[in-house]
Amino acid sequence: MSYQVNGHTIEHDEEGYITNLSDWSIELANEIARTENIEMTDEHWEVVNFLRQYYEEYQIAPAVRVLIKAIKKSMGPEKGNNKYMYELFPYGPAKQACKIAGLPKPTGCV
Amino acid sequence: MPDVKKFLYVNRKAPYGTIYALESLEVVLIGAAFEQDVSLAFLDDGVFQLTKGQNTEGIGVKNFSPTFRALGDYEVTKLFVERESLEERGLTEADLQEITYEDEDDDWAEKPSIRVVSRAEMAEIMADQDVVLSF
Repeated sequence: MSYQVNGHTIEHDEEGYITNLSDWSIELANEIARTENIEMTDEHWEVVNFLRQYYEEYQIAPAVRVLIKAIKKSMGPEKGNNKYMYELFPYGPAKQACKIAGLPKPTGCV
Repeated sequence: MPDVKKFLYVNRKAPYGTIYALESLEVVLIGAAFEQDVSLAFLDDGVFQLTKGQNTEGIGVKNFSPTFRALGDYEVTKLFVERESLEERGLTEADLQEITYEDEDDDWAEKPSIRVVSRAEMAEIMADQDVVLSF
């Protein structure tokens, strides 16, 4: 299973998470978003970039409630809430945004 | 909150070489979703899990030590480290990485998560739990 970006083949697991984190690129993120039926806006990128920074710092993809709390702390309550985040990523802010960010499936998502 | 139990995850092994340390941390992060009263204990070689400046490049595995600093986000705020285990390995608290959490009940003040305790105190902490999981 793989994504095709600019003539490159990028492997992913059965749920669509890329296998090799260093394969990530902005073009790939757009391609993954397309397969998730998400049109990337600045607001989507804000969350995706936040997740990539979180992973860089802590080496984990946070669970959804941890992500929303961290967004609230960083960007304020008008963004750090379930409604806003699920409008951006209807099938789960952590799961979908992590997939687009090229991170593993969130740890602690049950 | 109904049926909150006291869970203690006991970590006795070095961070790398076996999968125990990483598996324990993953179980803690997953278990945190159930909103129980969670503590972690580090004794024997487990104290090495919290040392700062870990570098795993030479052994080709992921350095997961930064993940301990995310525990506060998961509301896991009690990391008990046994003083005798540190001393027996020539370590002091200064060799451990700084791990903090924000106290919701105290205007989000940043507080240390690591508490160094004696062997006798550790025994009391263990006796006080509903569930003890050993790794």
